[in-house]
Amino acid sequence: MSADSAVLSAPIEVPHLQRRRLTTRWVLAAVFVTFLIALPVASVFYLAVSPDENIWPHLVNTVLPVYVANTLLLLGGVGLLTFLIGVPTAWVVSTCEFPGRRIMEWALLLPFAFPAYVIAYVYTYMLDYAGPVQIALRELFQWQRPTDYAFPEIRSMGGAIIMLSLVLYPYVYLLARAAFLEQSPSLFAVSRSLGRSAYKTFLTVVLPIARPAIAVGLSLVLMEALNDFGTVDFFAVRSLTAGLFDTWLNLSNIGGAAQIAVTMLAFVVLLVTLERYSRRRQEQYGSRDHGQQLHRFELSGRRKFLCVLLCLTPVLLGFLLPASVLVTFAWQYFEQSWNIEFFRYSLNSLMLAAFAAISTLSVGLLLAYSRRLQDTRLMRTLIRFSSLGYAMPGAVIAVGVIIPLAAFDNWLDLRMEQWFDVRTGLLLSGTVFAMVYAYTVRFLVVATGSLETGLQRITPSMDMASRSLGFTPGQTLWRVHLPMLRTSLITAALVVFVDTMKELPATLILRPFNFETLATHVYQLASDERLEQSALSALFIVLAGIVPVIVLSRNLTRQAKT
Amino acid sequence: MKNLKSWLCGTLTCLTMAAPVAGFAAEDVNVYSYRQPYLIQPLIDAFSEETGIKVNVVFAKQGILERLEREGRNSPADVVLTVDIGRLDELASKDLSLAVDSETLNKNIPAEYRHPEGKWFGLTRRARVIYTSKDRVEEGEITRYEDLADNRWNDRVCTRSGKQDYNVALIASMIAHHGEAETEKWLRGLKDNLARKPQGGDRDQIRAIAEGVCDVAVGNSYYYGVMLSDPEQKGPAEAARLVFPNQDGRGTHVNLSGAAIAKHAPNRENAMAFLEFLSGEEAQQMYADLNYEYPVREGVTPASIVSEWGDFKADDLPLDEIAKYREAAVKMVDRVGYDN
Repeated sequence: MSADSAVLSAPIEVPHLQRRRLTTRWVLAAVFVTFLIALPVASVFYLAVSPDENIWPHLVNTVLPVYVANTLLLLGGVGLLTFLIGVPTAWVVSTCEFPGRRIMEWALLLPFAFPAYVIAYVYTYMLDYAGPVQIALRELFQWQRPTDYAFPEIRSMGGAIIMLSLVLYPYVYLLARAAFLEQSPSLFAVSRSLGRSAYKTFLTVVLPIARPAIAVGLSLVLMEALNDFGTVDFFAVRSLTAGLFDTWLNLSNIGGAAQIAVTMLAFVVLLVTLERYSRRRQEQYGSRDHGQQLHRFELSGRRKFLCVLLCLTPVLLGFLLPASVLVTFAWQYFEQSWNIEFFRYSLNSLMLAAFAAISTLSVGLLLAYSRRLQDTRLMRTLIRFSSLGYAMPGAVIAVGVIIPLAAFDNWLDLRMEQWFDVRTGLLLSGTVFAMVYAYTVRFLVVATGSLETGLQRITPSMDMASRSLGFTPGQTLWRVHLPMLRTSLITAALVVFVDTMKELPATLILRPFNFETLATHVYQLASDERLEQSALSALFIVLAGIVPVIVLSRNLTRQAKT
Repeated sequence: MKNLKSWLCGTLTCLTMAAPVAGFAAEDVNVYSYRQPYLIQPLIDAFSEETGIKVNVVFAKQGILERLEREGRNSPADVVLTVDIGRLDELASKDLSLAVDSETLNKNIPAEYRHPEGKWFGLTRRARVIYTSKDRVEEGEITRYEDLADNRWNDRVCTRSGKQDYNVALIASMIAHHGEAETEKWLRGLKDNLARKPQGGDRDQIRAIAEGVCDVAVGNSYYYGVMLSDPEQKGPAEAARLVFPNQDGRGTHVNLSGAAIAKHAPNRENAMAFLEFLSGEEAQQMYADLNYEYPVREGVTPASIVSEWGDFKADDLPLDEIAKYREAAVKMVDRVGYDN
């Protein structure tokens, strides 16, 4: 018997032990990365249990109930409003035919490019007593004083809910739409042929299948709302985040602030747990029936008009109107704003956003895929734990990043001095690395969530087929999953990119000397009532955010058609 | 896996390579600033021009002290600029600033405006004043901080957040003069008189008077000057009258903006030079002219707009007293629910 035939007659499959080892490596890597991601959060916990002075009783007896009540109100309002805007618009754009639909597909994502605080500044400028709207009204009706008429106060809880919803609903829209597009049209057709009305089918077939995606979208929205500081600060809404900053900066008690952060985390754990618990018995494997054109509904005239109205309203309020105000300002103050600094800030912003997207995606992919390889309790806990960063306000993460990095730097500096008489100084603190670290911790859940949802839709038989052909998990990921995950990958990358462009509190605290980004530049000017001069930079943040939005939308559409 | 690993490694290498190393050049001075950069930019430019020393600034409204603490002995910061006495005192009490003995600084800055050991130096003074509507409030109708809690002003008062540094300092000075119980009663009375939830900045309060939202407001003196000298904001400012409170008693509450040298400043010489420059005649005149503040240095005249408001009697309560009651004041704001 020749050697050749001996090889041929041997079983092809990789020995069992080696297979185990391959996946274990993934899990070990995941554990290590989670440790890094959890480090800042753990630092904050450490602070929370060792405050200089226990301020907790004072907080509980005075302001904490107010913070909690306000936060619940804010989250409830924003959650409801984003759902009501995001899901219906995603549905009509995915399945109906009406004039301007192709434009609406991507236009509905536009508000996503707006930082909440910028839209808040713009609307306050417009709707304030001294703003153009009220001046016009007063002239029209000959009113003299604020007591002559009732005009809703923009700087209020209601105002904050509307501002945040206007810029956050695209999360829901995006994920709901991706889910609707990736749904098999035959499911819908089957339901219809069995005599269910289109509306009923939507409620009983489409929505339940899209639910994981919508839930991810909503939890992203709620965490963003929980984290917002710029808007609630400007509108004097006393939410937990505002309270956290207050405790840290005014009571000079970072331990107390960390305790509030832990309270906020409780909120998030509750959110995530509820969401997971509600679909504990669901498993879904979509099968993409290629070559099937999604059949769109032809609508009657009145309904067409309603569809257009439904889609146009959020685009108008969340993008066109504020953008036109900014364009006007940018035009008027162009000379002052168009300078070398502006280019430097832009470059800084773009660079940070690109780094953050790459880093976040790599980590997210590692975690989501490790869980697919070994869906153990350990992996699930790791993923849940690593997503907590999103619930931490940017400023808290910044502090959480500074602590371990500074400790490491100072330790290394001392050691190097003892051993080699060289001072290394602050190696990592106050560098771009520290910033990207913070962004990764903060936005990781965006990547993990999106990739997990994407992976869930790939049937395990794919993995089995690839692995039984002798491919390692890494090769399988590269050749099988990544191409299929393209939509989820691009979605996640772009969301992180745009989010990083807009991120403010952590950027303010962590940035190196003489390092400004567009966001910090806008905030400094706008919070000092110089919105006009900041308009150009604000517009650029928005523009940079639009480009990926359009690419993304075209990708989604193309995917749906292949 | 290999692919992924190399991708990750590549990313990390990229990041570390791209990280700009903070400049430790001997001809620099690094500033952590609570003050808006554009307010101090002209001063920085003048300093660089005079000395050839490059100034690097990190501006943040929050987290500076925290950052300083964590960076420890490796912190690149040389100078910290603050807008209020509370923060200056915190720097000293947390041992984050350096005790400096400089003849120039001691000569330029009167003793009551600097730390006894030189751990911080005041650079400008600002009065916390009451603004009243020229139309709806008679002159002399309100003359004291204590009057703000008077029933007569029910639903007619505007202030910014009680937690804001300037208001905290004002409440702390009330505690120093009247004790906690009395002050808390006053603060509750003031809260009941508010026409709207505390919000916005000092200028917004003046604007609210012009808009008729309220008749009385509390704010810092220099904002009035800033508004009067800006054609766009002149209108609202002219609807309001500036009142220096408690002129027949202890005098108007005054706060300080100032600077300290960081404990581990790598460029100590340059930091000293910068502080000495800021206390010098030219810089003090710039503070006065550009931002309408009261210079700490004697012999420097305030801007002409400011001089028109006339002289006023300032409360001579030592500033460290105010810093001492800072925490009590902040907790009182929580207890009263002032901002809710």
